[in-house]
This record gives sequence, structure tokens and C-alpha cells, in this order.
Amino acid sequence: MRSENQRRLSGELALLRIIAFKFLQAVPVILIISILAFLLLSLLPGDPAIIIAGEQASPEAVEHVRQQLGLDRPFLQQLAIWLLNLAQGNFGSSLILNQSVLSAVGERLPVTLSLAALSIAVTIPVGVFLGSLAAYYRQSWIDAGVMTFALLGVSIPAFWIAILGIILFSVHLGWVPSSGFTPISQGVGPWLSSVILPALILSLFQIGFLARMTRSAMLDVMGQDFIRTARAKGLSEWRTVSKHALRNALILIITATGILLSTAIGGSVVIEQVFALPGIGRMVVQAILARDYPLVQGTMLIFGFTFVLINLIVDVLYTLADPRVRHD
Amino acid sequence: MTDIGLEAIVSTAGLAPPRRGRSIRRLFRHRSFVIGFVIIVVLALAAIFAPLLTPLDPSAMKVRFRFRSPASDFIFGTDMFGRDIFTRVLYGARVSLFVGLAVSVISGFCGAVLGVVAAQFRKLDAPIMRLMDALMSFPAILLALGIAAALGPRVSSVIAALTVAYVPAGVRIVRAAALVVRELDYVQAARLSGASALRIIVRHILPNCFSPLLVHLTFIFAYAILAEAALSFLGVGVQPPLASWGNIIAEGRDYATEAWWVMLFPGIAISLAALGMNLLGDALRDVLDPRLKGGD
Amino acid sequence: MAAAPLLAIRDLTVQFRVDAGWVTAVEGVSIDIGEGDCVGVVGESGSGKSVTALSILRLHDRATTRIPNGSIVFKGQDLLKSSKRSLRGIRGGEIAMIFQDPMSSLNPVLTVSEQISETIQQHQKMSGTAARQRAVELLDLVRIPDARRRADDYPHRLSGGMRQRVMVAMAIACRPRLLIADEPTTALDVTIQAQILELLRELRQELGMSVMLISHDLGVIAEFAQSVVVMYAGRVVEQAPVAQLFRRPVHPYTVGLMAAVPKLDGDATRLSAIPGRIPGPQEDIPGCRFAPRCGFALNSCLQAPPPTELVGELHTVRCPPQVLALGDVNG
Repeated sequence: MRSENQRRLSGELALLRIIAFKFLQAVPVILIISILAFLLLSLLPGDPAIIIAGEQASPEAVEHVRQQLGLDRPFLQQLAIWLLNLAQGNFGSSLILNQSVLSAVGERLPVTLSLAALSIAVTIPVGVFLGSLAAYYRQSWIDAGVMTFALLGVSIPAFWIAILGIILFSVHLGWVPSSGFTPISQGVGPWLSSVILPALILSLFQIGFLARMTRSAMLDVMGQDFIRTARAKGLSEWRTVSKHALRNALILIITATGILLSTAIGGSVVIEQVFALPGIGRMVVQAILARDYPLVQGTMLIFGFTFVLINLIVDVLYTLADPRVRHD
Repeated sequence: MTDIGLEAIVSTAGLAPPRRGRSIRRLFRHRSFVIGFVIIVVLALAAIFAPLLTPLDPSAMKVRFRFRSPASDFIFGTDMFGRDIFTRVLYGARVSLFVGLAVSVISGFCGAVLGVVAAQFRKLDAPIMRLMDALMSFPAILLALGIAAALGPRVSSVIAALTVAYVPAGVRIVRAAALVVRELDYVQAARLSGASALRIIVRHILPNCFSPLLVHLTFIFAYAILAEAALSFLGVGVQPPLASWGNIIAEGRDYATEAWWVMLFPGIAISLAALGMNLLGDALRDVLDPRLKGGD
Repeated sequence: MAAAPLLAIRDLTVQFRVDAGWVTAVEGVSIDIGEGDCVGVVGESGSGKSVTALSILRLHDRATTRIPNGSIVFKGQDLLKSSKRSLRGIRGGEIAMIFQDPMSSLNPVLTVSEQISETIQQHQKMSGTAARQRAVELLDLVRIPDARRRADDYPHRLSGGMRQRVMVAMAIACRPRLLIADEPTTALDVTIQAQILELLRELRQELGMSVMLISHDLGVIAEFAQSVVVMYAGRVVEQAPVAQLFRRPVHPYTVGLMAAVPKLDGDATRLSAIPGRIPGPQEDIPGCRFAPRCGFALNSCLQAPPPTELVGELHTVRCPPQVLALGDVNG
């Protein structure tokens, strides 16, 4: 018979083993992402060198581009070089910005991160709260209200609302600047006022989604027998919901949050354009329009890796949240 | 949200093959279905009969009439080139609805094929799904953006780009449904009685994947409309003078304070179209498989 | 004998909301449970026995259930009219309940001791450690082997019988005066069933608590209950001490029920079944709900609700005397 300490240790080891296994499973996906990013150029119709140099470019210019990007080498060699570079942390260099992809992304990371972090910080508590409210008071006007809000969130174009928001809050009310980013080093106040509107708009559209998922999960859980048991034990409604229901709904909420992080990245692309925030999203859009394909490739790759990382974290959080998954 | 409808992916596969007559009647009793249906039908008719509804040419620039506010002769007003906004919105409807339809159908078809193949042929399952996983790791908007920009700014590029972005989700849904179906008793029985793989797929598996796929596709339609608008807004989709709701907003942005109507009406149009499809999708999901909704 | 019962359900009517309006699931139910009594409520699915039990602690879904009529008096207090706070004090404290499926009735993400401690700390001031200690003691009391180790397990690691024991432990944690057991053995193996019933019997004696046992299984009722309440289609049709009920069932439904049980002794004949089926709650039958299937029904049975007749000591039946007389002739 093992002591309690021994049991706990073997439990933790099992957990670590599961996590390590999940890391391993992510490797092939990362490999495929890398290859896909590489193929981005080759999959496009036409000669990549011409696409990058532009249709009006002279043959010399095209040839120069071809050599600079190593497009004259055999295909597999290009792939090998690409993967090798990646392994060394070299994601390529921007043609226009004159810096490595990593440093270009790094420069703009604070902007996108501020946006994403702020919006998530608002989205999660509000979304979970509204969703739980809607589930608890289901079929009431509260429920209908939250569901309508969520429906509008997936129907109204974000960029449009963003513009309207700028007109209202910047131009008419003058509460916040209409564009530009102030780094936090220049003061929390100015930083906040430069990102609060875009972050809130981003939130607005994500709250609906999270509320819907939370409501779904909570309805599922609230209908289960152990909720009735909790009530039968004399627990208050608040405790029943927060301790018993929410903890079980956590699993689905974690999934939803993972998805949220990815859509936040996608959404920030458009929002950054509208608000002229010098973030990663805006950089990618401009790079695409300017045909700076190495930059596009490298950044897409970073996005892909980030997504895999987020998925992994979500997966690990699952095993922590649901004891049933741990021991099998 | 101008991004992929990932909510649909999180839902599980429904099973009941719809009994057509009863389902259609139940659909119409649903209030949200009726509203959505009416919206979409009105928009579709407006798009199809656009030339009849407005005598004007959407690209006709009449500088004399620039910046007219909404009035009886220009219902939605005019823009900075004197083009009638109402006309442009109507023709924009053609683009958006066409893109939505094309993306839904094509991505649905590809998703169905890939999904069923992945579910039926175990050796192909892992590579297909890893590929789909990898595709889904890129933010859909960026994927679509990249492809559309590379192919050149036109409607077909947008359709191709969005199709690629949305196929993985469809594959997941169909595969999940197909996996469940192939374990059902009567499919096992068919296999045992020697039916060929193709016959099993066509007669048994596909019909059962139909409902979750249909629900999914209505949501894809909505997301495609929003995505096309965003892409056109960013400049990689439909280019002016061809009218798309997205590029009307882009053009109108610079004059937002003077001519608010230029931006307002296309935005409302996009919202209505997406809303209509979302309502349809919600109602379809309710009727075809309440389980997808997650307990109510 | 003349003392006020511990729990007195009088004239309880419970209704559910459906698309078309409200349907009556249970009507005019009156049941008394005295101190230390063991009352068995028996009936088929749809008889309303669970609905009645859930009403005692008002565990129904508020949005879809209403109780337009009746009173449930516990120690002088009408539970149907009590404040939420007062009700919470009683739930798990003075009146406890265990349910049919122990797997779904336990929270899968909390350990066993956490769930038991929670009950204790809800009703008594106790530190976490003390509560956990008490939880282990309770697990011992319900005969779970290796209680100290098991306390930290999650529900999915326990067998069905053990989970039900955990439910029992949770229920008796605060020494309730009344334990309501809604089909506690239905989801378990027959051998485990016997163990759980034995456990309940022992605890009843040790703690001196009353038990209301709900079951569709006549065997369980026969073995465990002291007095029996027979329910059909949302109404009580017969109440009697257990021996009396089994020896001499009076209501035509009870008679049919007993007859349907296959007997080991006697001739091997075809299983007898009561023709017809139970009416659903939405079916409106003005008179006796069993009349359409009753072999002895008179015309009046279909029109007017049957009266309550006393046919023996503590033995009541809802059936008019004329019909009873007919039934008697046939045994």
C-alpha cells in the first residue's frame, strides 16, 4: 500500500507524461505549417520572382529578386534551406523594411499584444458572466438579450463599427485619439487611451461568441444531476453555480478561449488597419499589398506556431481542469 | 466578427436524417427562420432584379450630383463621384451574395469529399487531418488575404481564398459525422453484405452528414459575406468602380463626417445579410438537430 | 400514535409547463411520515413518485414547475411556503435526499471528501481539516474500505455501489431527521442492492431517522418498508402497512401489480399483465385515473374522482365501496 506522498508523485508524473506526449504530437503539425508557409509562394500561379518584383519590373530586376531569394535553386534545396534556417531561428528578411522578420515582428509585438491582452481581459469576464446569466435565467428576457447581442456580434462587420466608433468617440466626443499608438513607456494614461477603443471594439465582437459558448456549456452542466445534489445539500444558488456548475463548464470555456485567442489575432488585423495602429496585423496587410513575400511568409509562420502553442496550452489546461482525463 | 465561424467546429455532429416535409413545416413555424428567410429572399431578389429596381448605372459618375444626401431622387444619397449609393448597394448585393453562395457550395463540396474520404479510408485520415489542422493554424483572414492578394484583386480570387480558408472546418464536420455514421448498425450490415465502399458512402454516409453540413454552410455563407466585405475594404477584394459593400465603405470612410450615408447603408446591408443567414442557420440547427445547440 | 407526523404531505398538486400550457403531474397526494418510520412509495414510471419526493425539498426546476395546491409540513413548518434561506438550512441538514444514479449525482471534478465536507461545512461551523476528518469517519460508517485513501478519489474511480455509499455518507453527514431515497438501488446490481438496503436499515436504527424509500421494485419495498404508499398516474391509490398490503391488496391496481410479479412457488402460468397503459399527465380523465384499465370499473368511476375509504387499520384506498365489494369477491 503506497503512502499518500507516493500516490501524489505518481499522479504528477502521469500528468507530465501526458503533457510531454501532447508536445510531441504538435511536432508534425509544426513541420507541416513550416512547409506550407514555404509553399505559399510556389502555390501561387505564375513565377514567384515576377510576382514579387511586380509585373512591370525589368528582366534584370526579376533576375535580381530571383537570386536574392534563392529561387533559382532546385526546389528541394530551397525547402531544405528554408527548414534549416527556421531551425536556427532565421525566419527570413523583409525586402522592404530592411530587417529580419523576427525583428520586424518584435518591434510591433507590443502593439498587437496590448490590443489582444486588453481585449481578452475584457472579453473573458464579461463573456463568461453574460453567458452564465443567460443560462441561469434561460428563456427569460435576459437570455434573449444576451443571445441577440451575440447574434449581432457575428453579423455586424467589425471594421464598420470600428469606423463608426472612431467617428463617435474620437471625432465627435474627442475622448480618445483616432489613430496611432502610444507605448506604455510614455505613461499608462496615454497608452490606455490609444488602445482602449480598438480593444473594446475587438471585445465587443468576441463577447458574443464567448457568451454563447458559456451559455451552452452552462446549460449542459446545469441540467446534470449533481447540480440537483448540490442544491439538495443546502448550498446557496451562488455557490451551486460558481463552485459546481462553472467548474464543470470550465472545460468548454477553455476551448472557447483558445479559439478566441486565434480570432483575436485575425480580428486585430482589420482593427489595426482601421485605427492605424503599427501592429503585426497592419504590417502583414501592408506587406501583402507591397508584395514583400518573405515578410509575409515569416509572419504567417509565426502566427501558425503561436496558434499551435495556444492549442497546446489549452490542451494542457484541459488535463488540469478535468480529473477524468488524467488517469486514462 | 470578420473571421472564420469556428463556433460551428466546436459543435458535434448531428445524425438524424431530416424528414423533409415535417422539417420544412417546423422551420416555418420558427420565428427566427421566417425573419432570416424574408431578409435573404428580399436581398436576393433585390440583387437579381437590380437593373429593374434602379435605372442608374452603379459606376456612372455624375460630378454634378456629388454628395447629395438621401432624398427622393437618390434614396441612399450619392458619393464623392456622384454615383448613386442605392444603386451601388444593390449591385454590391450581387457580389456579396454570389461570393457567399459560391464559397459555401464549393467549400462544402470539397469539405464533404475530404471529410468522407478521411473517415472511410483510415490510411488517408491522419495526413488529411494534419493538413487541415495546419491550415487552420493560420488566421483565416490572413490566409484569405494572402491568397487573394497573390491572385489579384477580383471576385474569383476572393472566392478561391475564402474557400481555402473554410474548407478545413467543413472537413472536420463531415468527418465527425461520417465517423459516427459508419459505426451505426445498418452501415455495418451493409458492409457485411458486401456493398462496395462507394455505394456505402453515397447511399448511407453522405445523407447522414447532410444536416450538420447544411447548418455549417449557412454559417459559412454569413462569414463569407463578412470576410468578402473586409477583404474589399482592405483593398484586396473587389476593386472600384465595381461595387462591393466593403469597398463602398472604404471609399466613404474619408468623407465620413460630410457624407455619412455613403458608409452607413452598405454597412447596414452587410449586417442584414449576415444576420439573415445566421438566423437561418440557427433555425436549421434547431430543427435538424437540437443537440447541436447544446441543451435548452 | 397520535403524535404529529414528522412530515405531513397534504393534498399536494404539482404541475409542469408544456408548450400548450400546464399539465398536472401529481394531484391530491397526501402522505404522512412519522418519527422513525420507514415509508415506501411504490409505483411504475410516470406514477409521480419522484415528482412528489422532489417537491418536499422543492428541487424542481423553477421555470417549468409550479405547485398550485397543497402543503408539506415538516416539524410544524410548511416547506412549500418557507423562505429560500430557511429551506436551505433544512436541505442536507434536517432532510436529506439521495438519488437514483450515483455517477451523475456526484460532481466529477471534485473529490469525494470535498463533496462530503461541503455538506458538513454548509450546516456546521467546522474547519476544513475537521470536516475532512469527519468525512473520512462517515465513509467508514458507510462501510467503504480504506476510507482515508478513498476520500481523495474522484467519483469516476469508484464502483457504482461505492458511489452510492458516498451519496449516503453525504446525506447522513448532518444527522438528518428524514432521508428521502429516490430509487437508490435501481441503477445497481442485485447483490449491491441488498448491501445498500442493509446499510440503510442499519443507519436508520443507529441514527433513529425516518426514511422515505421510493422504488418501482416491489421486492425492495417488501423487504425494506414498514408502510407502503401505492401511486398510480399521479395519484395515491392505496396506503397500508407492508404486511397488510402484500397479504391483502385491495385497490384493483395494486391487485394487478401483485399479480404481475412472477412467483417461484405455485403453478407456472403465463405472466399476468394489466391491460392498457398508464395515462400521461396531459390526458385529462375526470374520474379515477385507473378506471379505463380497471376490470371492475363502474360508469361513475369515469366521472367522479374516487373517495378515500378506510378498509383496515391504517389501510386506506381510493376506490368506491361498490367497486371494492366487487374486487373482494374475486380475491
